[in-house]
Formats: sequence, C-alpha cells, structure tokens
Amino acid sequence: MKFLVCISNVPDTTTKITFTPDNKEFNKAGVQFVINPWDEYALTRAIELKEAQGSGTVTVLNVGEADTEPNIRKALAIGADDAIRVNAAPKDAYFVAEQIAAIAKEGAYDVILMGKESIDYNGFQVHGMVGEMLGIPTVAPAMKLDMSANTATLEREIEGGKEIVEVNTPFVASCQQPMCEPRIPNMRGIMTARTKPLKVVEPVGEGARTSVAEYALPPKKQGVKLIPAESAGELIKLLRNEAKVI
Amino acid sequence: MSVLVVVECDGGEVKKSSLEVASYGSQVAQMLGTTATAVAVGEATEANLAKLGEQGISKVLYDAEPRLKDFVNGAYTKLIAAAAEKESAQVIVLANSNIGAAVGSRLSVRLKASLATNVVELPKNDGGSFTVKRGAFSGKAFADVVLSGDRKILAVKKNSIEALHEAGKTATVESFSASLSDADFADAPKQVVMQDQAGGVLLPEADRVVSGGRGMKGPENWHLIEDLAKALGAATACSKPVSDVDWRPHHEHVGQTGITVSPNLYIACGISGAIQHLAGVNSSKVIVVINKDPEAPFFKAADYGIVGDVFEVLPKLTQAVKELN
Ligand SMILES: Cc1cc2nc3c(=O)[nH]c(=O)nc-3n(C[C@H](O)[C@H](O)[C@H](O)COP(=O)(O)OP(=O)(O)OC[C@H]3O[C@@H](n4cnc5c(N)ncnc54)[C@H](O)[C@@H]3O)c2cc1C
Repeated sequence: MKFLVCISNVPDTTTKITFTPDNKEFNKAGVQFVINPWDEYALTRAIELKEAQGSGTVTVLNVGEADTEPNIRKALAIGADDAIRVNAAPKDAYFVAEQIAAIAKEGAYDVILMGKESIDYNGFQVHGMVGEMLGIPTVAPAMKLDMSANTATLEREIEGGKEIVEVNTPFVASCQQPMCEPRIPNMRGIMTARTKPLKVVEPVGEGARTSVAEYALPPKKQGVKLIPAESAGELIKLLRNEAKVI
Repeated sequence: MSVLVVVECDGGEVKKSSLEVASYGSQVAQMLGTTATAVAVGEATEANLAKLGEQGISKVLYDAEPRLKDFVNGAYTKLIAAAAEKESAQVIVLANSNIGAAVGSRLSVRLKASLATNVVELPKNDGGSFTVKRGAFSGKAFADVVLSGDRKILAVKKNSIEALHEAGKTATVESFSASLSDADFADAPKQVVMQDQAGGVLLPEADRVVSGGRGMKGPENWHLIEDLAKALGAATACSKPVSDVDWRPHHEHVGQTGITVSPNLYIACGISGAIQHLAGVNSSKVIVVINKDPEAPFFKAADYGIVGDVFEVLPKLTQAVKELN
C-alpha cells in the first residue's frame, strides 16, 4: 500500500506572533519552524500501518521553499521512505490542495493522510479540496484509522460524538488525536534520513483563490481583576452585573 | 443571485451555531441587496425550520430523505451544491464546525468558489473587493482575507456573531430533493456514537465552559467542576495532561491539539495557562482563572482571577450561583 503524508512547516507552538511593519506578512525572523503537530499524527499512523502490513511505502509531501527541508528530513528520520517537495511558498489552501492532488494522481497513492489543520493558518480545508479534486472520499477529522486489505475503518469526530466510517482506497483523511502517539526520530533514523530520496518538483495548477490583505493582533487585555479567595462569591456578582455573562 | 445558508439540525432542533450562521447570512444578504435562503441538513422539524424567519431567513429548503439524518460527506456536498445552483447563490455561509469544514472544502472545488474558514466578522464589500476577517495562528492573530472568486464560501466561527431574534417572523419551508443516489451515500457512517455530555451541554456549542487542569489532582475531584458547571448551565472541559492520563475523556480536551472553544465565559480551575492551552480558549469573551500560584501565566490572559485553592474556591462559587438563581 502506498501512503502519501502531507506535512506543513509551521512556527513552533510557543512562538510569539509578530508581523512585518506593513502587517502584510508573518515575521519569520528568529522563529523556529516545526512539523505541524497535527501532521505528526498522520505521519506516525501511516508508518505504523505500513509496518503492520509488512510492505508498502510512506512518502512525505511538503509544499514549501528550500527552508522546509530540515523538517522534511525529520519526517524521513521518523520513518518515511522518501519525500517530495513542491518548490513554492504555499499561497493558500486551494493552491496547496492542487499540488497534493497532482502528486497523488501521478503516484497513484492509496491513502492520503494529513493533519486536521495547520496551526498557523488554521484552514481546515485542504483535505476536502484534495478529495474533491480527485473525486474520492474524505474523512475529516479522523481520530482513529485501521486498515484491512483495501478497506479503512475510521472514527470521525462530530460535535458531541463520533461516526464510524468505512471507505475503500483511495481516500483522504485528516488526522487528529487520539489517533496514535507521535514518534520522535531516533539516532538510526536520523542517520538513514540523510540518504533517503528527496525529490523537488515545480508547482502546477491555476493558483490561489484567496489572499491575505493584512494581519492584526488581538486587542490587549485590560488586565486581570483579582478577587480575594475568602470572598470568592463576589466573582459571581461581577460576572452577572459587570461582565454580564451569566 | 442570493445568499445560501447551511443550517445543521440535530434531534429536530436547529443548532445554536446555525442560528448564528443564519443571522450572519441574512445580514450579508441585506448588504448585497438580496435575500437569504437556508438549506437544512440533519434531522429537523418543519416548525423549527420555519422559525429561522426570526434570524432573517425567507425560505428554507429541506430534503427529508432519512439517510441524511447523520452526516454523510458525499450526500451533503451534493445536496448543498444543488441548493446553491437552484438559488444562484453567490455567497454560501456555513458553520466552522466539523460538518462545515468537511463540506465547505469540497464545495469550494465543486462550485469554483473562494473559501474562508474561521470567519469572525461580517464581510466588507467595497471597491469591488470582498474581504473577511478570520482567526489565524491558533487564536494569536487575525487575518483579513480577500476572496477573489465570483462565488464565496464563508465558514463562521461559533460565538463570534450574535444570533438575531425578530420574534414572530417565519420562513417558508420548501421540500427539496437533490436526487441523491446510493453512490452518494458510499461514505455513510456505519455507526454513530454520542458521548455523555456532563449536564447535557455540548462543549463545542457551549456558551459557558468550566474547565479543570492538573491542579484538580484527580478524577475523584471532578464533581467540584461538574457542580459549578451544572449551576451555570455550562459544559465541562479539561487541559491536555488531564485527558492524557484519562481523568477525563479526550473529547473534553481544549487547546492547540484539542477542541477550540470561544464561549462567553471560560472558567479555568487549576490550569497553568500554557501557550498551547491558551490557543484553544483565548478567544473566549470573558476568562476567569482560579489558581493557587499568583505567577501562573493564565492570569495574564484573564479578565477575572482568584488566587486560591480550587478545593476551597469552587464550592463557594457554586453556592453563590445557586443563591443568585
Ligand atoms: C505540541 C503541543 C501541543 C499541546 N497541546 C495542548 C492542548 O491542546 N491543550 C492543553 O491544555 N495543553 C496542551 N499542551 C500541553 C501544555 O503545554 C501544558 O503542558 C498543559 O496545558 C498543562 O496543563 P495544566 O495547566 O492542567 O497542568 P500544569 O501545567 O501542571 O498546571 C497545573 C496548575 O494548577 C495549579 N494548581 C495546583 N494545585 C492547585 C490547587 N489546589 N488550587 C488551585 N490551583 C492549583 C498550579 O499552580 C498550576 O498552575 C501541548 C503541548 C505541546 C508540546
């Protein structure tokens, strides 16, 4: 079975977010980039399923410029077999989905996995776009994924519960916890990752359908109003009379 | 040209987030000088759908096909696309929910539309450009997004728009069929499992949330959280380590890698306020923090705070809410 795992390169979760002076772009200076945390679930689960089947391949795919290669190598160190980088800055979800769909089609992948969303742009869109472009089912967001021959059984989160869904390959799933325990690279993985193939291809498609005009930070909080623990009940009065939320 | 609103129904009722979406859609319609039609998915009653008039909806399309009761991506996408074609919808509005995201993203490709998710404000439509504000960087920033396509799909974040209530106005309910075939139900769920919701309030839809962290010391103490939640009509939630050690189920975990919530009131009990936790809750309107450590980072994000022991403070709060009611 051929797995394609899409990873995005995002600012580390603890990054303090700032923008360029014109507020048009995210300020990358001094920021550490990581594999999108949701994508780690997709990557680890694909590797686990390949191992359980005893055959197959896991290919990682990233749409990004050359500076994303350290994280692609990290995905190879975790256990992916090979990698493809589409040489372009990701413009919007549609642009990224076009790249993924083109590669998925050409490589005839059976299972396309990705994270639920990226923690920078929080689109939660790429999975459905890729599924629709390829005319195959999407299951999003998936909390569990098991495979038996060409049939996958997934748990899909719905508000207040879950759906158990069965689909045949090929399909797309966007992953979230508690799907698996994301793996971290070990020494052997790091050594072998250097020699695994990483192919660079140029982008295709029509391009983006959205653009960001401006970024903004949320307004600063007024500061906390402290209530002494002895008179905790006062808080409830404030929530009713001052904040008007109860 | 019109605005199409996708309303999600459950157990016959229109979900709260869909009332917000309907209100959003009718305001967009007004802006564009047109009317807003809704298409209902899930299990609905005609009486409840007619009440969408109160949110400014003039007409509701409803396909009573029983297999549409539970979410089926293929069938929902086809149904909504057919409704959009029928109404020549230029703008489609849905909830930024698991259903909205799954369907909205497929629809955007099928209808050649520009899509913005996580939308927090009404759009601006001036000088020929259509711009909308959305949350980005896990609640740490906002982005004004320009949608360039002729058609636009907007997924509106919960609790970011006040639902309208124009008492007495009704919408006409029209039966609608998208001629769905068995193939459209290929990804129908084999089984749907609903979770027990403490106090019956669904976390992603909740107006108020009482949340506990590692400071609660163990699952045996959760009755303190539940008592306050019950008195307030709130949902319960927790931090990641709490669900990791199974004190609470995974579906209650909020934060960067859990559920994102934006209630009017978020009460954090014995939670330090790590940046990954804040990412899931920092767009709550009012944040209350109870922590015995005055240096806990959560106090920086809070509106109200109590420096104290949760085991002493929580019963006092519950008592005070009971006295108020
Ligand atoms: C990639 C990544 C993703 C993550 N995603 C999430 C996420 O989605 N959600 C999430 O929550 N975390 C997430 N985390 C974990 C996060 O970094 C923190 O570890 C976590 O939020 C801490 O949980 P806590 O505040 O409950 O526990 P702690 O950090 O242990 O804090 C407990 C707090 O309780 C207080 N306390 C103790 N006893 C009492 C008492 N008797 N009365 C009052 N206060 C008391 C303490 O002063 C302390 O502030 C993530 C981490 C990473 C690396």
